[in-house]
Amino acid sequence: MSEDKAVTRVDRALAFGSGRPGPGPGRGFGPGGGHFMAAPAAKARDFKGTLKRLGALLKPQAARIALVMVLAAASVALSVAAPKVIGKATNVIFEGVVGKQMPAGVQKSQVVQMLRAKGQDRLADMLSAMDVTPGKGIDFDRLGGILAVVGGLYLLSALFMWGQGYLMAGVSQRVVYDMRRRVDEKLARLPLKYFDDHPRGDILSRVTNDIDNIAQTLQQALTQLVTAVLTIVGVLAMMFSISPVLALISLVTVPLSVVVTMAIAKRSQVQFARQWERIGALNSHVEEMHTGHAIVKVFGRQKQAIERFDELNEQVYDASFKAQFISGIIQPSMNFINKLNYVAICVVGGVRVANGTLTLGDVQAFIQYSQQFTQPIVQTASIANVLQSTVASAERVFELLDEPEETPDPAQPVRLAKVGGRVEFDRVSFRYLPDKPLIEDLSLTVEPGHTVAIVGPTGAGKTTLVNLLMRFYDVDAGAIRIDGVDVRDMARDDLRRLFGMVLQDTWLFGGTIRENIAYGKEGATEEEIVAAAQAAHVDHFVRTLPDGYDTRIDDDAANVSQGERQLLTIARAFLADPQILILDEATSSVDTRTEVLIQRAMARLMKGRTSFVIAHRLSTIRNAETIIVMDNGRIVEQGNHETLMARRGFYHELYTSQFERAYDEAV
Amino acid sequence: MSKLARFLKPYGKQIALVVVLLVAQAIANLYLPDLNAEIINNGIAQGDVDYILRTGGLMVGVTLVLGIVSVVAVYFGAKTAMAFGRDVRSAVFRAVEGFSAAELNRFGTASLITRNTNDVQQVQMLAVMALNIMILAPVMAIGGVVMALRQDVPLSGLLLVVIPLMGVVIGLALSKALPLFRAVQAKTDRINQVVREYLSGVRVIRAFVRTAHEQERFEEANADLTETALRVQRLFATVMPAMMVIFNLTTVAILLFGARRVDAGAMQVGNLMAFLAYMMQILISVMMAVLMFVMVPRAAASAERIVEVLETEPSIRDPQTPAQESEACGFVAFEGVSFRYPGAEHPVLCDVTFSAAPGEVTAIVGSTGSGKSTLINLVPRFYDATEGRVLVDCVDVREMPRERLWAKIGFVPQKAFLFSGTVADNLRFGKPDATDEDLWHALEVAQAREFVEAMPQGLDTPVAQGGVSVSGGQRQRLAIARALVKKPDVYVFDDSFSALDFATDARLRKALRRETRDATVIIVAQRVSTIMDADRIVVLDQGRVVGIGTHAELLETCETYREIVESQLTLEEIA
Repeated sequence: MSEDKAVTRVDRALAFGSGRPGPGPGRGFGPGGGHFMAAPAAKARDFKGTLKRLGALLKPQAARIALVMVLAAASVALSVAAPKVIGKATNVIFEGVVGKQMPAGVQKSQVVQMLRAKGQDRLADMLSAMDVTPGKGIDFDRLGGILAVVGGLYLLSALFMWGQGYLMAGVSQRVVYDMRRRVDEKLARLPLKYFDDHPRGDILSRVTNDIDNIAQTLQQALTQLVTAVLTIVGVLAMMFSISPVLALISLVTVPLSVVVTMAIAKRSQVQFARQWERIGALNSHVEEMHTGHAIVKVFGRQKQAIERFDELNEQVYDASFKAQFISGIIQPSMNFINKLNYVAICVVGGVRVANGTLTLGDVQAFIQYSQQFTQPIVQTASIANVLQSTVASAERVFELLDEPEETPDPAQPVRLAKVGGRVEFDRVSFRYLPDKPLIEDLSLTVEPGHTVAIVGPTGAGKTTLVNLLMRFYDVDAGAIRIDGVDVRDMARDDLRRLFGMVLQDTWLFGGTIRENIAYGKEGATEEEIVAAAQAAHVDHFVRTLPDGYDTRIDDDAANVSQGERQLLTIARAFLADPQILILDEATSSVDTRTEVLIQRAMARLMKGRTSFVIAHRLSTIRNAETIIVMDNGRIVEQGNHETLMARRGFYHELYTSQFERAYDEAV
Repeated sequence: MSKLARFLKPYGKQIALVVVLLVAQAIANLYLPDLNAEIINNGIAQGDVDYILRTGGLMVGVTLVLGIVSVVAVYFGAKTAMAFGRDVRSAVFRAVEGFSAAELNRFGTASLITRNTNDVQQVQMLAVMALNIMILAPVMAIGGVVMALRQDVPLSGLLLVVIPLMGVVIGLALSKALPLFRAVQAKTDRINQVVREYLSGVRVIRAFVRTAHEQERFEEANADLTETALRVQRLFATVMPAMMVIFNLTTVAILLFGARRVDAGAMQVGNLMAFLAYMMQILISVMMAVLMFVMVPRAAASAERIVEVLETEPSIRDPQTPAQESEACGFVAFEGVSFRYPGAEHPVLCDVTFSAAPGEVTAIVGSTGSGKSTLINLVPRFYDATEGRVLVDCVDVREMPRERLWAKIGFVPQKAFLFSGTVADNLRFGKPDATDEDLWHALEVAQAREFVEAMPQGLDTPVAQGGVSVSGGQRQRLAIARALVKKPDVYVFDDSFSALDFATDARLRKALRRETRDATVIIVAQRVSTIMDADRIVVLDQGRVVGIGTHAELLETCETYREIVESQLTLEEIA
């Protein structure tokens, strides 16, 4: 895969690169319509504002950018000047040829008179405008001198172009590096709510794809835009300086070719957009059918799956064929218009050479200029397109950077010297959505070393309490206190260090087992890590792996089972040695032996610590000092097992429906 | 890649036409500088306006023809390439649809999706190029050389210098650039990974106060990527001017040496200009060709991955002569069944024998890796037993057309998978003509009625991709309802209650019992409470049946079963 993307970059770079004003005639064909094959550009909502902010990001690099502009201008000026000088070389050659045909020793004026006498006025006019010495061939000294100048112009132009590209690479990379860093720092300051409310893929693509997009544009489009505009101005100036009449003729064909290109590009863009959309639909069908392969078969839907595929496949074919075809028309049409222009220049230029108002070299130079002319105009148009998608990307990145941040930690945070582990909810109210009350007026005191069991049906919002305890969310009213200190008076980091967390969603990162356990405590020693692993009953398992503690955990950790992952996270909590624990007992799809180990490890971990347990086990619930019963995201009951059973409420029903029956039948 | 060539066969005529058109295009393209030379030699140099107009008119005519020819070539080229892509895609999809679970596992679903989408796209792109620039560029280059030689042979010697020089520059640049591109990609992936891990572990990271550590990781990846990206950009900043220098200095050299030829009378001025044009055409063509052929290895890798899929024979096929349909309804029997994954040392299942009849619930329990899921995958013939036989309705499943077999089975997989579409679409998956009442009834049994009613558009609410989000438990219940709507003779539940809480689980099983009164039910479960009231519990340990009986019987007789129960309820609670 990586190679694919790599080469796409080459393609893209080339599509940009091929637009440089090149030398001479014969730029016959190119990767036609390369720009129009990109996925449809998203439009920015506030184009101007975002562009301004993007510009502000470039400010620290202003000096370098100014230098880049100067170099670009110099490079363009030199390369624009070159054809004119080449025209001089052509003249020298032509004059040499003409001179040689005349007898040596006569004066040019004599030959002109002779021609007029013979009635060949045209040739006479032409000759009189030329710098010819009869009998003498091509003046190689002069020609050599001119060509040396041309070579020098081109070399210098290339040198400046290189310097400009080299500098701009540094500028764009520095800006993008800075942007990425800012976004990452921002992520650390965003409240958890942001992560809960936004799909992961969306945030990820802002940090990666969108910034990449900006990087590409900064590197290529920006200087190209400058170069293209300068080229247009320079070429126009040269054309008018050679012959205003010919320049006017050329100017007529320019808007024509732009209009034609735009008209075709617009149509092909519609088809490309349609193509991407249909490819998207086809791909998601393929993805679904392959993922649900077994279901499709058992439910007898194979025939429909294939029929639907054929239908979508045909649609993709239709759109992509049309898109390809329509964009393929651009180049031939441009060629045609170009050639019309070319012939017009030849005709008018030929007449003017014939009557001596223009030299052959001038016509030659003019032809070169006229062919350099349309390219940058079309290029400017396509850069405008690229710019649009870039600004849309920038807008998405700025949106992220503008998100409200967590309330800052207090200036003088309270630090608990010695933590007892007494947790107090004092008339706490909380809701995620303003119109959906979740926790109303909850009061609860948990003594040090006590256990709180949180029970309730699936999706009852049992993690809400965890969110509040860890200050992932702040309470709307009331207060949570630890050892009498309001959690909002502490620094978040200090608060979180008091807690250990073992969740069902066992989060391990790509790294070795050792690194994953050591995550619980900065600068943990090897002994501490092993001791934690032993306490979590996972040391033995780790040592059965070929690489032991150095075993790398894959992205999806296929080499470590769900149960073993849970043990590793328990080891992590052991190592952190927190005063207060938050545990999630749910261990579905864990085999029995591991389950026993997890249970033992958890029990050991809870000893002597204040624990909040999302409980699934009967023993945990019955041994808990306090049970919190949740339903539909709200706390509906609270008390210990006996009092709750006596109340005959929701807990009673829950308990009898699942636990007691299991208990009865087991007996 | 040649193995995919057969997909081009049906388009032979179109391809031949495209080739002819491209050659014509190249010839017309090469003819133009020739005309140009004549305009200069005979028109401008002689001051002959009529000649200029005549030849100019011819030029416009040739250009028009050229334009038409190239548009037609693009038309048929694009049409053929896209049809080729369509046909390959279709073949891959059909091949995958024919796969059994064994092939699916061998490739992996993700890989098959990539092969069916991106890989086909790659090959198709190459076909588009192949049917245009990859034919045109070499023809133009060769034609250009011929024309240049016709103008002046000694001057053409310049080609011997310029082309190798260009080859060296491009070759050097590519050999440096390609590894750099790969590095940039790997480093971009690294940044993605760090961010992805941050996003998925944000709670844990903040809980363990390791944000600073994560930022360091990001910073490192960011600096690393920036450094490599900078090298790539600077390489490009060097290559483009280098190419320009080669092009432009070639022009200078041609004028310098050409002037001597003109002076010696070996060449006319117009021909020198034409020569210049040919030279540029050759250089551009060579550059294009080289760059296009960079695409080939990438497409070849894709082609290989596609061919691999196409050449894989499904291991499970329908019988040549299917056995007669039996009268029996809903019987499932395992007779001495063993199963071993190809190449595996130990069998997953060993000599499993049991039978299940309509109206009975058979539960399969055992620890992870004991072979439970494998066992039930043998019923719908996702795999074939290596020894022994699996009977459904008294017929060996291998002697039945699979469509007939599948029609009898309602399957609820471990990972409840919903298709994009509405709730109703998903429920009707196995029975397109089910009425709304049927659907509501199934939802009620599956304990899903309440949350579906609460959905904004009820049954017509879109789910899965682009629809409302459903929790794991809800998804499982919808998958169960989907199987219920089908009203099959045999129900197979593969650990499908794991995401449900105890209360919902209990209610669902109670309702299910009533609903499946006449059907055979096979349940795989981790949770003892789920299967405690089954008519028959089959206990598996390392692929072997170590006990069959009711909960009470097994508690007495089966050590493994007792262990499982004990791990879930504490001892005092069982006793």
